[in-house]
Amino acid sequence: MASGVKPRVKAPKKAAAGETVTIKTLISHKMESGQRKDGDGNVIPRSIIHRFTCDFNGQNVIDVNMEAAISTNPYFQFEAMIPEAGDMVFTWYDDDGDVYSTTKSVAIG
Amino acid sequence: MKIKALTAVAAILLSVPAFVAADEDAELIVNGDTELVTRTAAPAHLEGAMDEVLSGWRFRADETQSLQADDFDNPGMIFVDQGMDDWNKVEGSEGKSCASCHGDVEDGMAGVRAVYPKWNETAGEVRTIAQMVNECREDRMGAEKLGYTSAKMARMEALISVQSRGMPVDVAIDGPAAEMWEKGKEMFYTRTGQLELSCANCHEDNYGNNIRSDHLSQGQINGFPVYRLKNSKLTTPHGRFKGCVRDTRAETYKAGGEDFIALELYVASRGNGLSVEGVSVRN
Repeated sequence: MASGVKPRVKAPKKAAAGETVTIKTLISHKMESGQRKDGDGNVIPRSIIHRFTCDFNGQNVIDVNMEAAISTNPYFQFEAMIPEAGDMVFTWYDDDGDVYSTTKSVAIG
Repeated sequence: MKIKALTAVAAILLSVPAFVAADEDAELIVNGDTELVTRTAAPAHLEGAMDEVLSGWRFRADETQSLQADDFDNPGMIFVDQGMDDWNKVEGSEGKSCASCHGDVEDGMAGVRAVYPKWNETAGEVRTIAQMVNECREDRMGAEKLGYTSAKMARMEALISVQSRGMPVDVAIDGPAAEMWEKGKEMFYTRTGQLELSCANCHEDNYGNNIRSDHLSQGQINGFPVYRLKNSKLTTPHGRFKGCVRDTRAETYKAGGEDFIALELYVASRGNGLSVEGVSVRN
């Protein structure tokens, strides 16, 4: 696992049925592009998060392919319609095979 | 005709002070509940120099300002999180972490950032937070010192600063600290470098004016450590001082050295009354 990786999500705990809510996500990650060289001229190998997804009760909300030019600590903000109470699962896929996941529950009220 | 021309000149002169940010009346409220003071009457020792002190936040664009209004949007808070991990991490030969002595950072460090740099009776000198962190690490934890402006030090300072967010900066400049304060003041007003610039030439005489397509601030350090968008890292006061001195094309002083500590004390005291902003967001 790349060091210092920590997913963070800000989502409302409650929403009215059918309401559109704003969700903010951020994961701390160095996002090494693979284009840089170290002090000895060797290429620093690419190490980025290449995919981000959000699912609500098993249904996909957003699925993002990420490329090397995205800067450190990628931040996503998007809107989602909440039809019913349920769990939002956020998943980030790292180049090194690691998968980071976090879940937020939304109640109707 | 002549009168008209003179009036026009006067109008131009009068319009000069209205330069600062796009929305002058905007206030900084963090997370919807903590209101921070970013504009206040200047402390007594600045009489004759400035009437009002302004946080660097006031000189930034609306987008940058809004980043600081919410902890989730503030990229500096990532470093606070990392600092929290460091706070609880046992290091060194004594088997201690910061938390072993100081307990919860929320209780142990509240108010600390507002009064530093501060005279230390035992050491017989003015000390910065970074020096205190390193003293703890060496003497009480038996751990290695952190680099004075290193990333680890910056995030520890960030964690400590956030605990004082919203409190007014209140640095003591009298008593035993007075000598260092005078030295710092001398530095602030002394022109150095090939460009022969003093701190005051930019940050007192010309704040609000444009330089390198940016607005000069008053050089307040109430928001430090600051998250800078230009390198997506935290910057400490001494790191920033170094950058400024370098830009005057002078040999810089050593970070953590006596010169910069004196300057930090003086510059901090110019912001007495402004809120500690914890981790601020700047260009």
